[in-house]
Amino acid sequence: MRIAYFPGCTLNTTAKGFDNALRASFAALGAELVELPEWNCCGATFPLLVDNMLDLAAPTRVLLAAQEQGDRLAVACTMCYNVIRRTNNRLRADADALEKLNYFIEAEYRGGVEVLDVLQILRDDVGFEAVQAAVKQPLTGLKVAAYYGCMVLRPPAEVAYDDPENPHALDDLLRALGAEPVEWPHKAECCGAYLAVKSKEATAEMSYRILSSAQRTGAQAVVTNCPLCQFNLDRQQLDMGRRHGGYQPVPVLYFSQLLGVALGLDMADFGWERHYVDVRPLLESLG
Amino acid sequence: MRVKLSAMRVRNELVRRIEELSGQDLLACYQCGKCSAGCPAAFAMDLLPSQVIRLVQLGLVEEVLNAKTPWFCAACQTCYARCPKGVDLSRIMEAIREIALQERGDYLVIEEIPAEELAEFPQLAFISGFRKYTA
Amino acid sequence: MAIAPIQRVLIIGAGIAGMQAALDIANAGYEVVLVEREPSIGGRMAQLSETFPTLDCAQCILTPRTVEVGHHENIRLQTYSTVEAVEGELGDFRVRIRRRAAYVNWDVCTGCGLCQEKCPKKVVSDFERGIGPRKAIYTLSPQAVPNKPVIDREHCIYFERGKCRACEKFCPAGAIDFEQEDALIEERVGAIIVATGYDLYPLSLLGEYGYGEVPDVIDSLAFERLLSASGPTAGQVRRPSDGKEPKEVVFIQCAGSRDPEQHKPYCSKICCMYTAKHAMLYKHKVHDGQAYVFYIDIRSAGKRYEEFVQRAMEEERVLYVRGKVSRVFREDGKVMVWGTDTLSGQSVEVAADLVVLAPAMVPKAGSDVVAELLGLPVDEHGWFTAVEANLQPVETGREGVFLAGAAVGPMDIPETVAQASGAAAKVLSLFARWAGKNEWLNKHETSNNASARWQEDVV
Ligand code: SF4
Ligand code: SF4
Repeated sequence: MRIAYFPGCTLNTTAKGFDNALRASFAALGAELVELPEWNCCGATFPLLVDNMLDLAAPTRVLLAAQEQGDRLAVACTMCYNVIRRTNNRLRADADALEKLNYFIEAEYRGGVEVLDVLQILRDDVGFEAVQAAVKQPLTGLKVAAYYGCMVLRPPAEVAYDDPENPHALDDLLRALGAEPVEWPHKAECCGAYLAVKSKEATAEMSYRILSSAQRTGAQAVVTNCPLCQFNLDRQQLDMGRRHGGYQPVPVLYFSQLLGVALGLDMADFGWERHYVDVRPLLESLG
Repeated sequence: MRVKLSAMRVRNELVRRIEELSGQDLLACYQCGKCSAGCPAAFAMDLLPSQVIRLVQLGLVEEVLNAKTPWFCAACQTCYARCPKGVDLSRIMEAIREIALQERGDYLVIEEIPAEELAEFPQLAFISGFRKYTA
Repeated sequence: MAIAPIQRVLIIGAGIAGMQAALDIANAGYEVVLVEREPSIGGRMAQLSETFPTLDCAQCILTPRTVEVGHHENIRLQTYSTVEAVEGELGDFRVRIRRRAAYVNWDVCTGCGLCQEKCPKKVVSDFERGIGPRKAIYTLSPQAVPNKPVIDREHCIYFERGKCRACEKFCPAGAIDFEQEDALIEERVGAIIVATGYDLYPLSLLGEYGYGEVPDVIDSLAFERLLSASGPTAGQVRRPSDGKEPKEVVFIQCAGSRDPEQHKPYCSKICCMYTAKHAMLYKHKVHDGQAYVFYIDIRSAGKRYEEFVQRAMEEERVLYVRGKVSRVFREDGKVMVWGTDTLSGQSVEVAADLVVLAPAMVPKAGSDVVAELLGLPVDEHGWFTAVEANLQPVETGREGVFLAGAAVGPMDIPETVAQASGAAAKVLSLFARWAGKNEWLNKHETSNNASARWQEDVV
């Protein structure tokens, strides 16, 4: 299987490890992510003003690029997924908007592309059973907290491919890898997202609530699919100990990293050095 | 202070703009508070999300423009996902930010961001931050 | 006693409850004596404009019923009458009814209405809740059943000063009879249904709301009359003080209800719904008007009731403000309303053109007399009490005496009608047993112990 792929700016830079691990794992599973030959930033956040057409131009260009490659687009970054998918929904439902946007981008997007999250593709196209069958190094004994954040769940009618209040796709994947996902209440709570650039206190508190909840269940790692969540949750821990005495940091990983590890792939370029909380002890414990 | 309610106030220009920009029917909200109950950022806000709607319902837009709350909304959509009346509060917050940004200027200035953060933060944090915090 | 029990029923009160019970029983083939204090039947419902949540025209759905009651062979209608004495017991009650002198011979009156037209004396109408006039000789409305007038002795110029007799002069049928006297009528029945209905709490007791002082503070029934096509403004919303169309209208719920300290502790149950209806109908008539509803809680626990309230908010743009109003007063031609919005923590003030109060419901004046006549218990507020509130809601402690409608407590129309049919069913099951023709009934004790016992004691 080959599928057009949009990595997005962040997976191209700070979250390169997410991207590398993802592509390698997909390849190992017989699914090739074919990066769009040309792509642009999607805008990172879906414009919430009804008449803000301008900010829909960037994601529409991405959809246009995808249209040239086929009728499905795989997106790895959850924020990009959310923006492109919602834009697509709007263009499909609103002929006027589609016409306007086509005029803006001076091209003709026809609305035919299906926007999919990579986890969704793993579940529905590759299949978690196939993933399980391909596991070389099961993550046996690893207690993980699957963390979904907001972008693949809300608004449910527009973007969710999972139960929006009790998502489990990621838990199921991790189970297929041999790990033991914990039950916890914060898997869909917001990490604070862009509040981080302005309101440090608030984001620190939001991250703390999520991380401490995961730790109360005994999770040894938090595993996510969102690059902004990963960054916020990971980096906030730098001085969490100062705010909350006795706080013990917990690694925050991308699911693709653990997938690559379990598939027994070369994990040299999985971006481990980018993590704020040291992941080496965890990796060593996995052997 | 006793606020004077009148047809003019409850249907004032800013109320209408908020409704237009957000595409939301403010009076659809019946103030159940579920949005506030689940908002992950409510602890940092000076007005609860449901109170923001309430004040706009009463036409008291200035109070909302002066509040911190819209800037603490992370657009996480938890409120909208669970609202029994289908009110998309995240859009109302965006509309309020928009008006505030146009009237009062940017909330985020790039120069204020520490260099180390500029170097470390992922692009999408900045891009979304600037989308939300600048005109 | 070896007489057969009497398969005939007395119903006290000919509002929608009494009418429903009367029709159910009369249509089953039994005789009904229907006593009504007012000159005509229909009760409170006859005053209403439209009903919630369907917005049916109240008159339109009521009139076929009043007409049916008026013409029914099995219903003996006694309007302008009160029950004065009741003796006897289940199966054989002897009832004395006083029919007040109408000073009009109804047997010859054709209901042409000329007398009312010619009568020079204008009186503030109770039926119009004080916002419309009637004459000293009057019917409650042009649709009245029976459509026969009465002379209100207190206001009649002839009775006051010994001169006038305009009505008599103009009556083509010669029906006016200034010599008429009250009549006493004896009836014998086997069962009784009490359907005396309700009144509104006197708003003079809520001084802070300015009712009676400020002409543009009216009660909810007066607003019904304003909305009603047959009302004093022909359905135009006009405020009493200057006849202008009010552009800002404040509705205040719980005026006297849910106030254990000073007024009534109970919820009057129907006000949330009719206030939503009022605000809605007001907006239908005054498109650019603004309606505010001050409430403590919104109680809309009926089928399609909640949807109705939400429609008022969303589609009719009615602004609901959570908080009880503290003070209403007049200033510069406006009615100032001081309230608060507990949701936002803001105290608010509205300079209104009209204020509509939703008073607590209280038992109908005179229902205490009925209770005493029948030896029925009432609660501390004067409402009749069922013998067992859960499983016997229409039965009283006295055998053969049943309850229907808002005599028992605040109740809306559908509930009232259901209760009335329930009371009718109880009466009919007695009658069926007394008929004694049913094999099964003769062999079995039933949960209706009253009827069983009657057979032992009496037959
Ligand atoms: S959840 Fe919806 S209806 Fe309830 S207060 Fe919030 S916006 Fe209003
Ligand atoms: S979108 Fe904003 S207001 Fe709504 S729950 Fe999230 S942070 Fe709170």
